[in-house]
Amino acid sequence: MSNLEEKIDEAKKLSMQIVKETEADRLMTLSVGPQHPGSGHFRFVIKVDGDYIVNVDPDPGYVHRGHEKMCEYRNYFQNLPQLERPALHDSSNILYSYCLAVEDLVGINVPRRGQFIRAIASELDRLVYTQYWLAIYGIFLGHSTMFMWPAGDRELIIDLFERFSGHRVTHCFSIPGGVRNDFPYNFKEKCLTQVNYFEKRLKEYEHIFYNNPLFRQRTEGVGILPKEDAIKLGVTGSVLRASGVPYDIRKVEPYDIYDEIDFKVQHMKTCDSFARSYIPYLDMIESCHIIRQLLDKIPESGDVRVKLQGNMKGPPGESFKRVESGRGALGYHIVSDGASRPYRVKISTPSFRNLIALSYLLVGSKLGDMPSIYWSLNYWPIEADR
Amino acid sequence: MDSNIELKNENILLSVSSEILKSITDKFSNRIKIIYDIHNRSKIMVEPESLVETAIFLRDNFGFDHVESASGTDYPKEEKIEINYHLGTYSNSDLLPYVLVLSTKVDREDPKSNSLINILPSVELFERETYEMLGVYFIGHPRNERFLLPEDWADIPPLRKDFRSKGR
Repeated sequence: MSNLEEKIDEAKKLSMQIVKETEADRLMTLSVGPQHPGSGHFRFVIKVDGDYIVNVDPDPGYVHRGHEKMCEYRNYFQNLPQLERPALHDSSNILYSYCLAVEDLVGINVPRRGQFIRAIASELDRLVYTQYWLAIYGIFLGHSTMFMWPAGDRELIIDLFERFSGHRVTHCFSIPGGVRNDFPYNFKEKCLTQVNYFEKRLKEYEHIFYNNPLFRQRTEGVGILPKEDAIKLGVTGSVLRASGVPYDIRKVEPYDIYDEIDFKVQHMKTCDSFARSYIPYLDMIESCHIIRQLLDKIPESGDVRVKLQGNMKGPPGESFKRVESGRGALGYHIVSDGASRPYRVKISTPSFRNLIALSYLLVGSKLGDMPSIYWSLNYWPIEADR
Repeated sequence: MDSNIELKNENILLSVSSEILKSITDKFSNRIKIIYDIHNRSKIMVEPESLVETAIFLRDNFGFDHVESASGTDYPKEEKIEINYHLGTYSNSDLLPYVLVLSTKVDREDPKSNSLINILPSVELFERETYEMLGVYFIGHPRNERFLLPEDWADIPPLRKDFRSKGR
């Protein structure tokens, strides 16, 4: 008997040793991405304690291609096709601010009709981008209808792009001095038809997705980013406006003809994932209003671009111009030393600026909330890596 | 009618930007140089020692609360690397379209600069990127380490002018 008791005692001691765990034992490290469909081409390492995230280390760079270095080897026009690569499906907007910066540097005034066409292309691209993002957001929250619908409706707007630029996604349409070509015959009517149809569809999106109780439960009150912290972290676009700061470059620093357009800067004060995902939806509605106004006000005829030399030289100096892209403020800082190639190009992309909020929002939240928070940031890894 | 409103706004902005530049020159007199002051954009050049002080002054007095961008430019002929912080504001409603470029030049041989991470937390990733791309060490930044480039990168910082892309 005594032998047995001793053995039990020993076993108890041993089991005590086994159960005793350190903090390092409790934490589990998960590597999300870079080839995980849930993260895009982006890797982040998270540490979880049970169900809660305690540490996040974003590790971008999987699709870094050195666009800023490439710019130094090509002239101002050769840079256009490679600069739209970081944001393929928002290429009008990513080129828009490049064109504005080059025009500011060289001193070019774009003809009025060119400005309107450029703005219409930029608004249409905002729709294309937001639909793409909405499709991914839908599928990752388990809502496959929301994947199918925007992905299908997006084709209609891509068809419009095909009509006037000849390309579906990377159209390289805005160039320094205006746009590549004029609208084809009867484009206005076609565009209005598509926009009217799309506005009807938007109401259905709200009905099936944003009013869905499951979607609301997964996003409301999740990932709170208070106003003060949003300002401090310098986030931009829908992330900033969801935290109650009505800041839109189209309104605060209107470029081209945006000062003649009447639209609202959509913002919400709930600061959660739901607000961050609802703002792009409201932006789509505003974009439809803007496109209708632009089509109404566009001059009937006139030049669409200024003819420039292919190897145009930029005078020594620098310029910094921003536009409001589908994800937020997108700025180009171009330094020129008087040659036909830029001396230095810095692209300040909204995704890179919003990345800082990722670790802020994820730490302390549940692992299950990770997709809802991550995709609500409107993050596009390729654009952040450049 | 509309054009009148615009003109007024521009005038207000121009006066604000000149007010800012005037108060900075009053405070820092010799240590600061105004490079340009054009529509909605100004650039000031400070000595590396007074970078932090200037950033604190701008944040506390004019509400420059975040950076739109921060980057570096290599000037091998001058043997300098220029660091640019594009300061913007969300909280000061008079200055919403205004971007102030705060820049400083550091030695190219041993580039070191004080980090602004404690004053403007939004510079964190931009400074990490500048460290990697131009080799500028930011004193006080917790992570001067590999960020965007591949893990096996073993060359000089790629945005230096003496780095040549293959085939170019």
